[in-house]
Amino acid sequence: MASERSPMGAINMSDKTIDRLAGATPVRVARKIKGLSDRAIAWIFVGPTIFLLLAVNIFPLIWTINLSFTNFKANRLNREVEYIGLRNYERILGDSDIWLSMQATAHFLFWTLFFQVLIGFTLAWLINKKFKGNDLWTTIIVLPMMLSPAVVGNFWTFLYQPQIGLFNYIVTFFTGADPSSFEMLGSVDLAPWSIVIVDTWMWTPFVMLICLAGLRSIPDYIYEAAEVDRASKLRQFFTITIPMVLPFLMLAVLFRGIENFKMFDLVVQLTGGGPGSVTEMASINLKREAFEKWRTGYSSAFAIILFVTVFGLASIYVKALNKVKER
Amino acid sequence: MSFSVTETSSRVKWISGTLVITYALITMIPLVWIMMTSFKTPPDSISYPPKVFYEPSLEGYVNLFTTRTRVSPETLASLPPPENFAEEIVRNRDMVIAGPSKFSGRFLNSVIIGFGSTFLSVFLGTLAAYAFSRFKIPLADDLLFFILSTRMMPPIAVAIPIFLMYRKLGLSDTHLGMILLYTAVNISLAVWLLKGFIDEIPREYEEAALIDGYTRFQAFYKVVLPQAATGIASTAIFCLIFAWNEYAFAVLLTSGTAQTAPPFIPTIIGVGGLDWPAIAAGATLFLLPVMIFTVMLRKHLLRGITFGAVRK
Repeated sequence: MASERSPMGAINMSDKTIDRLAGATPVRVARKIKGLSDRAIAWIFVGPTIFLLLAVNIFPLIWTINLSFTNFKANRLNREVEYIGLRNYERILGDSDIWLSMQATAHFLFWTLFFQVLIGFTLAWLINKKFKGNDLWTTIIVLPMMLSPAVVGNFWTFLYQPQIGLFNYIVTFFTGADPSSFEMLGSVDLAPWSIVIVDTWMWTPFVMLICLAGLRSIPDYIYEAAEVDRASKLRQFFTITIPMVLPFLMLAVLFRGIENFKMFDLVVQLTGGGPGSVTEMASINLKREAFEKWRTGYSSAFAIILFVTVFGLASIYVKALNKVKER
Repeated sequence: MSFSVTETSSRVKWISGTLVITYALITMIPLVWIMMTSFKTPPDSISYPPKVFYEPSLEGYVNLFTTRTRVSPETLASLPPPENFAEEIVRNRDMVIAGPSKFSGRFLNSVIIGFGSTFLSVFLGTLAAYAFSRFKIPLADDLLFFILSTRMMPPIAVAIPIFLMYRKLGLSDTHLGMILLYTAVNISLAVWLLKGFIDEIPREYEEAALIDGYTRFQAFYKVVLPQAATGIASTAIFCLIFAWNEYAFAVLLTSGTAQTAPPFIPTIIGVGGLDWPAIAAGATLFLLPVMIFTVMLRKHLLRGITFGAVRK
């Protein structure tokens, strides 16, 4: 154990500081400490958390992996469970429904991220102009993301009603279309977009907040220097603002990407996967296989594939993010 | 005011202010509409064009908290005069109150599970975060990453074995089962956020206390905890909001005794279809606390969101 006492404490909190602090309790002091040893306390403190995560997260995950090699059905407990090797995985990769649900997920992911980044960054940029009362308005914009997606999503189905819904009314008010001529949730063409609209409404504030943190991290002197060099505002925007906010923006995209890949509650409430199966995204499909068709083994394999996909994509993305940060 | 080249002009401020406020007002429309609908009568709520001005009614709230049965006009006439406003509203629709609805129970479940799991995740999270922050723990980085990566799993993926496991242990549809589950989901975020807050507290304070003869535990309890109070509070709010809003686990693993409000509210059915004012009333009661919370605690909350994300 490192026993050198470092003179610096709170002043310079670099990444290494924490590691250094961890080993920095001087031997002189350590000998005088009464009660349990640090080592014992460390395990007492971390133990319950690790135990809980093992019991409620890791054990189920291992169980899922195990089930994914079987033909187990959770609604038929008496049936003998057979190990069928990789057959579930083979079937999933050849199942056209699964690929359709992956396509629906990809469509949803792409467009929600596109709109949320565009609107979120613009809003953050405008808010950063520091007009009067900007923090109150920021809070109001943030409200949707704090609310229960299931409850709010359910209410959006009311707004989307043809004829009586407020959303349709506003659209017809501005376009002059007949209010009962289009159905946001019932039409194959519009249903995917109605989900994109609600998700964008709900989660743009998150991207906005992260971008705002990025914009506020840019020191004024960089702009002052650019001003001295007579760089145009437009040029400043593209050579200073964008590159310096980019790591933050990419982080926001990572978080939203992971969340939206798992998207469940909003879609269940809005369309339930319909009409037909145009909005049946991965999680919805998984729920149907697992809790309606009770193909437990098959859906476990699908769950593992989804988890590996998210994990893999996220890891690649984090590598790219680190490269951007290093520049 | 000192002159600065980077100071934005008042015209730019005015334009950006107008744009942001416009967005904020548009974004509020659905939320305002929920609250407005909750004070409408069922016919008003589905009229075309949508009614912005209407006579407010408590019918939605009455329907939310009661179950009603239709009676014949003769029986209705033979009843004694209504005792309170709720009964009067219901009788105007040729019905009588049959009993209380399940809503208050579901709401109470949300409160119990929300606060229970928040307390547990913050309690365990603070201990773990302190240990990660102050002690040398073998494989600390891997453990932290592992704790965080548990968030990447789709809830449905974990729900299958948890469903089976809870059925074996007798935990399905119980408060304890849901509290443990939400704690497990929340604890990763709690440890991560709290470790950041505790890292910021200078180690020297505890060392001084240790030299003064405190035990390590006393130093943690009397020196570190008070300093981390703000951080603990804002972490608690995040855990509470998550547990309050959670839907996927709730809908899959609970059906009766431990069902929370989010899976229940969308299923409120009136006569001949969904009772939108009652649903809106339930949504209002359920969402309003979070909205008030958010506005009141905005400084901590907004900081917490960015802090939690950016620290990675």
